Amino acid sequence: MVSQVVADEKPPQQLLSKKAGCNSHGQDSSYFMGWQEYEKNPFDPVSNPSGIIQMGLAENQLSFDMVEAWLEKNPDALGLRREDGASVFRELALFQDYHGLPAFKNALARFMSEQRGYKVAFDPSNIVLTAGATSANEALMFCLADHGDAFLIPTPYYPGFDRDLKWRTGAEIVPVHCTSANGFRVTRAALDDAYRRAQKRRLRVKGVLITNPSNPLGTTAPRADLEMIVEFVAARGIHLVSDEIYSGTAFGEPGFVSVLEVMAERGAAAADVSDRVHVVYSLSKDLGLPGFRVGAIYSSNAAVVSAATKMSSFGLISSQTQYLLAAMLGDKDFTRSYVAENKRRIKERHDQLVDGLREIGISCLESNAGLFCWVDMSHLMRSRSFAGEMELWKKVVFEVGLNISPGSSCHCREPGWFRVCFANMSAKTLDVAMQRLRSFVESTTNGAAALRRAAVPARSISCPIAIKWALRLTPSSGDRKAER
Amino acid sequence: MGGKLLPAALGAGSPHLSQVATSAAHGEDSPYFAGWKAYDENPYDAVTNPDGVIQMGLAENQVSFELIEGYLREHPEAAGWGGGAGSFRDNALFLDCHGLKSFRKAMASFMEKIRDGKARFDPDRIVLTAGATAANELLTFILANPGDALLIPTPYYPGFDRDLTWRTGVNIVPVHCDSANGFEVTVAALQEAYDEAAAAGMRVCGVLITNPSNPLGTTVKRTVLEDILDFVVCKNIHLISDEIYSGSVFAAPDLVSVAELVESRARHGGDDVANRVHIVYSLSKDLGLPGFRVGLVYSYNDAVVTTARRMSSFTLVSSQTQKTLAAMLSDEAFADAYIRTNREHLRARHDHIVAGLARAGVSCLRGNAGLFVWMDMRRLLGDGDGDATVAGELRLWDKMLHDVKLNISPGSSCHCSEPGWFRVCFANMSSATLDLALARISRFTDGWNCCS
Repeated sequence: MVSQVVADEKPPQQLLSKKAGCNSHGQDSSYFMGWQEYEKNPFDPVSNPSGIIQMGLAENQLSFDMVEAWLEKNPDALGLRREDGASVFRELALFQDYHGLPAFKNALARFMSEQRGYKVAFDPSNIVLTAGATSANEALMFCLADHGDAFLIPTPYYPGFDRDLKWRTGAEIVPVHCTSANGFRVTRAALDDAYRRAQKRRLRVKGVLITNPSNPLGTTAPRADLEMIVEFVAARGIHLVSDEIYSGTAFGEPGFVSVLEVMAERGAAAADVSDRVHVVYSLSKDLGLPGFRVGAIYSSNAAVVSAATKMSSFGLISSQTQYLLAAMLGDKDFTRSYVAENKRRIKERHDQLVDGLREIGISCLESNAGLFCWVDMSHLMRSRSFAGEMELWKKVVFEVGLNISPGSSCHCREPGWFRVCFANMSAKTLDVAMQRLRSFVESTTNGAAALRRAAVPARSISCPIAIKWALRLTPSSGDRKAER
Repeated sequence: MGGKLLPAALGAGSPHLSQVATSAAHGEDSPYFAGWKAYDENPYDAVTNPDGVIQMGLAENQVSFELIEGYLREHPEAAGWGGGAGSFRDNALFLDCHGLKSFRKAMASFMEKIRDGKARFDPDRIVLTAGATAANELLTFILANPGDALLIPTPYYPGFDRDLTWRTGVNIVPVHCDSANGFEVTVAALQEAYDEAAAAGMRVCGVLITNPSNPLGTTVKRTVLEDILDFVVCKNIHLISDEIYSGSVFAAPDLVSVAELVESRARHGGDDVANRVHIVYSLSKDLGLPGFRVGLVYSYNDAVVTTARRMSSFTLVSSQTQKTLAAMLSDEAFADAYIRTNREHLRARHDHIVAGLARAGVSCLRGNAGLFVWMDMRRLLGDGDGDATVAGELRLWDKMLHDVKLNISPGSSCHCSEPGWFRVCFANMSSATLDLALARISRFTDGWNCCS
């Protein structure tokens, strides 16, 4: 029996649910604190040149001009008119079918297939549309996990998962520890270890969730790793969720391989696990449209599609937006040229950051995707510990004026790593960031030493990268391409 | 009672899915949805399928589109991003749980106009969600723990069974209302529901009312609202007021929103009320834009606003849509004209259906709001007193669906405790189609009168 006396004594503002009062939303973490500091004092090249530069936001701001050009050529899509000029306003205004606008799902299916080199075919009826990947990931958790069940997630992972996957679902995350010893790749041993730890905590493991390409690592998962992970979930009889929202940002070798490609290659053997592999997608990163709230779940499990479709009632995509994007993604000429040019620009900006960091003696995990680099600043910490990492992070945010994300907020096991975003600012601003960082590095003993080492030509100069930085001892914006 | 889960073995899915996924609490096996299916299989069309089922179970507002279409035609910039370089970029990038400030201001202003200025709304207390469906679920997650109870006066919107209980694990305990007093909520009924919840070991977290009511089509009387407020204060629980039909009040008495009462009680020194009152709104009914997914939570409780804002990450409104509607709703002349004209259209349509039903010998609860009437078909239940049962009602409903070819919503799907009442929508079809529906009802009741 509920004690009414106790209940009656509390004022209503304390009578919120446990969910409202708990911290699972994770918004007190450093990930969000850095954002708050930035918002108080945001960098602007003209009005606030000494403000904080936002390098903690994984946004793609490099390719808007291409989308804007398309919009200008396609006013009907915006004006909610068909090609023949007839208005579709009424139909769209009334369209709240959770199965989604057929034209949009068809276009999205084709676009997703194009991103995988047409090696995988997507059936539109297996797509569930949601208001962003945030909503898709949560809906999948609601479908696959009961309260208290666990999902295994390789570290480091996107800080938002703590909120998105656990807050309202009551699900648990058990980290799969990855380290720099092998470039943070997932190993079978790490998966088995995580599974055992979950069992020790008496948690029922319902699946594994990977992000491929990885946030925050910026790497695509090697085919062999994907095969190993599929083997693991097959053997354990659990689910695999593959968050592929960065699939369109893979700009370098070995290229993006989707788990669905691995499944397709498994052929008949895939039957044992095909109804337990689910993909999450979104247009927020690849197309730079986070505000439009476009996400999707792809699954060949009819029960999952059915349940998730009903759940999408709580987060449908505006029909106005579905109509616009059906036209945009249905334009194959546009998507082909957009995807290619977008990748080229991402690579260019990525290289600018990596080169700039190398010149000041800071190395990154070698990466071929994403809108960020995974940067090793451990030599700049005063102590090799998470306390040291926090101390360094605060200096970088408050003294250097760069909001970067500390690895601990991504649950990284090793202190000293930071995620640094590069695609949400101009090339000039990135230059400013590098100059600020250089000054800071020079002011620290270890940093200055590393910087000096970086300025000495490497023994082997057959590598073109070595020649590049040897010729350019100081950053120069003159020979950079025009800012995008 | 909603929220009961079927054992996983009876669920439609594989054993690998969650209880939530395999439960029937999504509610889609109810007659409310079965009627939709029958309509989908044989939908009326004036030209291609004149004998098909007429959809009268969908509470949509299609009577005022020309006003919105007119606005968008005259202001094409509202739908586009002509406003200078970078404006598309800014909008496409705009990912903020706070929502576009201009849009929140426009919504606050629109809500004030709907209430004829009798209450003020602070844009910073507005949390945007993708529809009222999301807003109601969100509030339930924030105000209630799994296993808690929400008291809801019957008859109520069938979708609540899913929206409020499916993923939240919260239970609905009905507050029974009946025709003896026009289905008004009484304190006795509230207390009875409260006691029932307590007896079942459930902590009551609050009362949820819909004002104007769906399916009754009536606004809640001021005295009843005051009673409900007194009740939640006394029990120290919350009040959620779903006011998504507030712009659809077309006849006296005027809408009395709980917002008005919160303000008047605050003026008289009562500080125990505001923190427990939360309002849900949406543009799906008043503006006829369910496809655009615009809903909101308005709370006088700071902690609820903060938490709701964070939780809205799962259900944000497209920034493209926020921008278009901000432009339209900030246009005061448009907003005033729309509210006035929409009310006129709804009144005309309502009066037409009520008159038509009266001629057919069918009476309705006296309504002044909404997109539907609450129709009294009790005398058509079987051969007399013996058939005043839910089974009898469903038999009548089945006849209406398959013989008369009208999809109307049986009161039992709205948890009405009195069999024989049906919700009939009138704003989601043309005038001509409405006349045809009335003719069909007339023929049916004539046949009934002949044979009874």
